Amino acid sequence: MKIGVPKEIHVDERRVATTPVVAAELIKLGFSVVVEKDAGIAASFSNESYEEAGCEIVASSEHLWSQSDLILKVRAPEGDEVGRLRAGQTLISFIWPAQNPELLQQLTNSGANVIAMDSVPRISRAQKMDALSSMANIGGYRAIVEAAQHFGRFFTGQITAAGKIPPAKVLVIGAGVAGLAAIGAAKSMGAIVRAFDTRPEVKEQVESMDAEFLMLDFDDDEDGAGEGGYAKTMSEEFIKAEMALFAEQAEDVDIIVTTALIPGKPAPRLITAEMVRSMKDGSVIVDLAAEQGGNCELTERDQVVVRHGVSIIGYTDLPSRLATQASQLYATNLRHLVTELTPEKDGNIVVNMDDEVIRGATVCKEGATTWPPPAPKLSAAPPQAEPKPMPEAVVKKPSVAGPIIMIVVASLALLGLGAVAPREFMAHFTVFVLACFVGYMVIWNVSPALHTPLMSVTNAISSIIVIGALIQISSSDSLIMWIAAATVLITSINIAGGFAVTRRMLEMFRK
Amino acid sequence: MISEGIVTVSYIAAMVLFILALGGLSDQETARRGNWYGVIGMVIALVATILGVVNSHYDILLAALVIGGGIGIVLARRVQMTQMPELVAILHSLVGLAAIAVGYANFMGASHLAGVELTIHDIETYLGVLIGAVTFSGSVIAFGKLSGRIGGKPLTLPGRHLFNLGLLLGAIWFGYEFVVQSAAGGGMQALVVMTVIALLFGMHMVLAIGGADMPVVVSMLNSYSGWAAAATGFMLNNDLLIVVGALVGSSGAILSYIMCRAMNRKFLSVIAGGFGTGGGTPVSGGDELQGEVVAVDAIETALLLSGAKEVMIIPGYGMAVAQAQHTVFEITKVLRARKINVRFGIHPVAGRMPGHMNVLLAEARVPYDIVFEMDEVNEDFPNVDVSVVIGANDIVNPSALDEPDSPIAGMPVLECWKGSMTIVLKRSMATGYAGVQNPLFFKENTRMLFGDAKDSLEAVLKAL
Repeated sequence: MKIGVPKEIHVDERRVATTPVVAAELIKLGFSVVVEKDAGIAASFSNESYEEAGCEIVASSEHLWSQSDLILKVRAPEGDEVGRLRAGQTLISFIWPAQNPELLQQLTNSGANVIAMDSVPRISRAQKMDALSSMANIGGYRAIVEAAQHFGRFFTGQITAAGKIPPAKVLVIGAGVAGLAAIGAAKSMGAIVRAFDTRPEVKEQVESMDAEFLMLDFDDDEDGAGEGGYAKTMSEEFIKAEMALFAEQAEDVDIIVTTALIPGKPAPRLITAEMVRSMKDGSVIVDLAAEQGGNCELTERDQVVVRHGVSIIGYTDLPSRLATQASQLYATNLRHLVTELTPEKDGNIVVNMDDEVIRGATVCKEGATTWPPPAPKLSAAPPQAEPKPMPEAVVKKPSVAGPIIMIVVASLALLGLGAVAPREFMAHFTVFVLACFVGYMVIWNVSPALHTPLMSVTNAISSIIVIGALIQISSSDSLIMWIAAATVLITSINIAGGFAVTRRMLEMFRK
Repeated sequence: MISEGIVTVSYIAAMVLFILALGGLSDQETARRGNWYGVIGMVIALVATILGVVNSHYDILLAALVIGGGIGIVLARRVQMTQMPELVAILHSLVGLAAIAVGYANFMGASHLAGVELTIHDIETYLGVLIGAVTFSGSVIAFGKLSGRIGGKPLTLPGRHLFNLGLLLGAIWFGYEFVVQSAAGGGMQALVVMTVIALLFGMHMVLAIGGADMPVVVSMLNSYSGWAAAATGFMLNNDLLIVVGALVGSSGAILSYIMCRAMNRKFLSVIAGGFGTGGGTPVSGGDELQGEVVAVDAIETALLLSGAKEVMIIPGYGMAVAQAQHTVFEITKVLRARKINVRFGIHPVAGRMPGHMNVLLAEARVPYDIVFEMDEVNEDFPNVDVSVVIGANDIVNPSALDEPDSPIAGMPVLECWKGSMTIVLKRSMATGYAGVQNPLFFKENTRMLFGDAKDSLEAVLKAL
């Protein structure tokens, strides 16, 4: 089959759906790959590099669409592109079917199969195809770069000869993939980073990145985790407490990055005009939710505006602003999906609707709309894995009766022994008991690292049993003598072997 | 030639030296000196006995000593460090055999005792032979299992507990018979029957114990060899034997206890054998647990390692099998040269013998001050960037902590999943010795590097 990669026609879109490296891997899967001329230029992939990877370059977009069986794109088709799609073709790209019902209808009417990268279910098996996460990661990173660009100070604190520089304080709202990427980027530039999220389970992730997780002063354990690992709408009291927290933080921090999105709804309003006014002059807000209306009241889509001395960045194309990186990750996500679609690795795709991942991502198939898919069964975070209580480490009070009975029995046995046993035996017995205690004390001090040498050296010295054989070897009874001689032989193997191997081991323990 | 008093004084010196030898093992620095104390103690005891007690057959004695010593030294030189458990097991069996032989010889020799003294002496003889026989056959089977000559699977005969009980009762009955017959001048028959029973018991006991419990078995046999020496000492009225036997016996007992505690198992249930089959509660969850594992290749592993600041290496029996310890240390050297803090975390029951991993790492010249015990490092895992698990499974199984029905529930484990990333080197997805699926492999921050540990690590080393 032939894979076609057209140049993106959306205004200012710099990404491309495949890179030379990925194209080479697709060719290994049995496909031939056609790339439109200059498709990768904006992402710094030259036409020559594609050719070197084994791709064919065609000049005309129309020609490319007509000859390809599988079209790989970044943005949803628009303008002429929709009309070029035909039955028998398969298109893989972002579609956003919920936001674009008309497009979905047009795509269905074309009779082609359409697989939406934004609809890949969020289950662990599909992580490698999760383009939303890849793009969110880039978006979060780029958000900090944009913020740094508009922020007039260092991120990191320094004490210099020319005075003290306080570190910038960054607040990240929404610790999803984008939020975490922003935290990482800001942290590595030296800022003090705080983060907030309605889902308490991300606290650990935030703290693992060395950022501070802000807690709400709110008693109810409301959990903001909705289906598929996304956040859900919260109760009124919760939002009130949340807003109070943001108002308090706005006065303190220099940079706010908001990433709060609830699937299928306009972005929640978290930063009011009042809060923006309370921020220091020169502060920066990066609103990653600008496409869905923005988390900040004053955000303007695709614009950088200055309001009350605060720069508010509303770019919706942050991944495209890191086009090379974004193209690499997106192309790899696509390649994983294409691999799933090509079970035989023979260059022929099979849209297997029994596969949960493919079923979820396929929005149109042969003239029928197959979106929305049946609800996925798995949440990314296991639904409150009912914490089975560990059987309390049996802190059963050591029952007093047990040891007492033991002591009584042992004493009686010893007394009985003492009553009948001859004196000589008791003397040996005393030595024996004392030696057991000495052994007990000495052995507990042995370093666990030396347990193997301990075993070999005790093995060597337990061959002291050879003395028994030495006593018997002078016997006039030749049978006893020979048994004793054999015993001497085997115990001396043990003595020499045990000590020698212990020495060998101990020689190896070096600092 | 020398008086009994001098012999006794020499024995006292030998005892002190043996205690010092064991005490020296508390630290790597003093351990080498400790070993010499042991050697000197042994030489003193031997010389004093030969000069003080032996009065004929010097030629045979000397030949036996030289041949035996020669074999021992050759064995010690030739043995691979990975084969240490086998060597220790086979040496234990020799102590057991010696105890049997001394017991028989002593019984055959003329006795001038009578009455209670004779009874006690007979019981001592009987016990010495009994423990010696259990040690002997148990160690031989343990050797077979450790060296792979006998399969590692526990042998679970139907009614094996009854069988054991029967053997025990038989041993007691023949003990009684032996004492009675001995008083009448006979008893050899009862002694032989009992020896056979004890041999059977030792074999069956070790056969019923699974591979993962081998550290307990080896230390238990170590303990038995001590008790056998102590019982022989009572029989011969020899304090040196009693003291040394008691020292070795308690040493092995403590090791067994430490090993059992490290697996959260009762000593008796280990001895009763058949791990994982008679637990009573059905294994829930564990087995059907499934998920996606993320495989990586050697180059990615190398990248992950070079990007880390804190690396923890967790070796298991798989490292010993693959003989990968030298490659591990080569990687450690490269990483440490790049200012990456590489440490080793050792679980007490990693391997087939107490301290097995430490010896292997020492052989590969890993400095012992970067090798840590489980308790020393477990709290550090949240700060670890990459943990590398080499051929270990059960000792890094999170279900031991969060799955109360798991057969290994409650066993302390190395909590590597709390770090940022865990790389597991494994040949396949097979379960560990406990037969439990390991949820660690399916965790989001776990990567699997499949293949023979040595080959994989060499590829990683090359990529570094």
